[in-house]
Amino acid sequence: MSEHLIVRIVSKMLIPFILLFALYVQMHGDYGPGGGFQAGVIFATAFIIYAIVFGVKRTIRVLPLTVVTAMVSLGLILYAMVGFVSLAAGGTFLDYGALDSHDPVHGQHLGIIIIELGVGITVAGVLTAVFYTFAERWQK
Amino acid sequence: MSIVEHLPALQVAVPLLAAPLCAMMIRPSIAWPFAVLASWITFAISVALMDQVLTHGTIVYNMGGWSPPWGISYVIDPLNALLLLLVSGMAAIIMPGVRLGIGVEVTFRAQRLFFTVALLSLTGMLGIVITGDAFNLYVFLEISSLSSYALVAMGADRRASKAAFNYLIQGTIGATFILIGIGLVYMMTGTLNMADMADRLTDLHGSATIQAAFAFILVGAGIKFAMFPAHAWMPNAYTYAPSLVSAFFGATATKVGAYILIRFIYNVFGAEFAFDEMHVGWVLIPLGLAGAFVGSLVAIWQDDLKRMLAYSSVAQIGYVAAAIGLGNHDGLIAAIVHVFNHGLMKGALFLVMACVILRLGKADMTSFRGLGKRMPVTMGCFVVAGLSMIGVPFTVGFISKWYLILGALDAGMWPVAVLIVMSSLLSIIYIWRVVEVAYFSDPPDDVKVQEAPAMLLVPTLILTVLCIAFGVATKITVGVAGLAATSLGVYP
Repeated sequence: MSEHLIVRIVSKMLIPFILLFALYVQMHGDYGPGGGFQAGVIFATAFIIYAIVFGVKRTIRVLPLTVVTAMVSLGLILYAMVGFVSLAAGGTFLDYGALDSHDPVHGQHLGIIIIELGVGITVAGVLTAVFYTFAERWQK
Repeated sequence: MSIVEHLPALQVAVPLLAAPLCAMMIRPSIAWPFAVLASWITFAISVALMDQVLTHGTIVYNMGGWSPPWGISYVIDPLNALLLLLVSGMAAIIMPGVRLGIGVEVTFRAQRLFFTVALLSLTGMLGIVITGDAFNLYVFLEISSLSSYALVAMGADRRASKAAFNYLIQGTIGATFILIGIGLVYMMTGTLNMADMADRLTDLHGSATIQAAFAFILVGAGIKFAMFPAHAWMPNAYTYAPSLVSAFFGATATKVGAYILIRFIYNVFGAEFAFDEMHVGWVLIPLGLAGAFVGSLVAIWQDDLKRMLAYSSVAQIGYVAAAIGLGNHDGLIAAIVHVFNHGLMKGALFLVMACVILRLGKADMTSFRGLGKRMPVTMGCFVVAGLSMIGVPFTVGFISKWYLILGALDAGMWPVAVLIVMSSLLSIIYIWRVVEVAYFSDPPDDVKVQEAPAMLLVPTLILTVLCIAFGVATKITVGVAGLAATSLGVYP
């Protein structure tokens, strides 16, 4: 679709803001509406729009498949590690309160942010991977 | 807090963390030993948990420090300790053989993903069994189901994709039914914690919503459990999946469905509601016996032996369903013990198929000709596990059928006992067909066949020996099942 001037310009203008909005939803998920899942979806949308307008090949150059699959694993590892760290800190599994020994409330805050970050990374990775899989097959 | 107190969380967390780590490993040669190590650690944890349950009684673990009914708690009583032992034990026994077994069926590049998905499937099943929270159960059910579909689709045969797709459609319907059921109960009780649900449900007998919820969960778990007539996904899925996946699922996946059924009927809804108000016995016993006959009869006519074993599973699941439906102490013991015992023997039989497929490329009746001489140990395992499937004394199959018949007689249903014995006779036919071909016909001269390699043969042998060991020393299985039945409120 890159021959359409308006589509190309508008999507180029919007993609940075979509990415920024994804980060906003990610970071404000603990207080406002949003969270890791929604942020991951929005983040992946930016890449999917880019792929639809400029082609999957160029997108893969920006975000290779190996990076995408690594994101899928990394998010889950991050999530699980919070659980193991809270175990090591003396709490039960995923007890964020134990993450900060002086201020449990701060620990809860920290825990939920890292957990949601893990969710966001994995969701963004999975959705991009699903899109790549279908798009590549169609191109062949 | 010592590490021992955190074992319930680690039981699920270890394979959950191992799965993405496996996916990060570029070389499959590293992923395999890592997956084996993870499955062994998981098994060690479930052995320790079983020991703790037997010495100290039921364990409750609060995830994230939130106490139930607000938070998610993991509750381990004798019933799920036994199931944890079965699921993680099967993974620990089968995982070492996976490298060779799938070598011929899954491409080298896909192998690390195979281990990742297998560990996720293990995580899901352990999670379903260990959790004390109904919605958490559904989440783990989805984890285990989605990874199961992927594992089935990895079969070398192109029909594996279609089998996986059918499995996906029917499995999703089953999971959705369970979710609707849980949702209806949540609507009426306002809680998702199973123990709290059970408390609040005692006041709600007669409510149409709760009755509908029970029906939804019964059907949903029935589909997951491959209970006749909702077994249609299973034969194709087990036939076209890689053989070791068939071995793992044949031994565990449907057993987890049986666990959901037992947990919801006896624990959450309560035996009184299920049997006196919903008459669940009149659903489970006829369908179970019909499944036992249909499964065995269809198995007799199969040429592909993996498909034969899948239909034999339909029959064996029929026994479990009938045993759950009896609703008395011996019947419940039979259900729990048969879940465990059938896991052992079906695991052994599917591993025999994996050995044969590794050496001959396929497992149909013609490839078994003369195998008794060519692969004596493998075929020996088949005979022993097959005898156990029939229910010969001193094998595990005998123990569970013994309690099933005791339960039927105790419930005053002697025709049920007669039908169980008759359907067992049918299993003699389909096991004997294979034995006859393997031992009494000459092997084709043109093919050279060796005994299967030790890495596959040892797991097969271990399971076969266990088929005898638990048939002679029944203290562990029957003893724990008795404790489980008592803890579910079904007294002798």
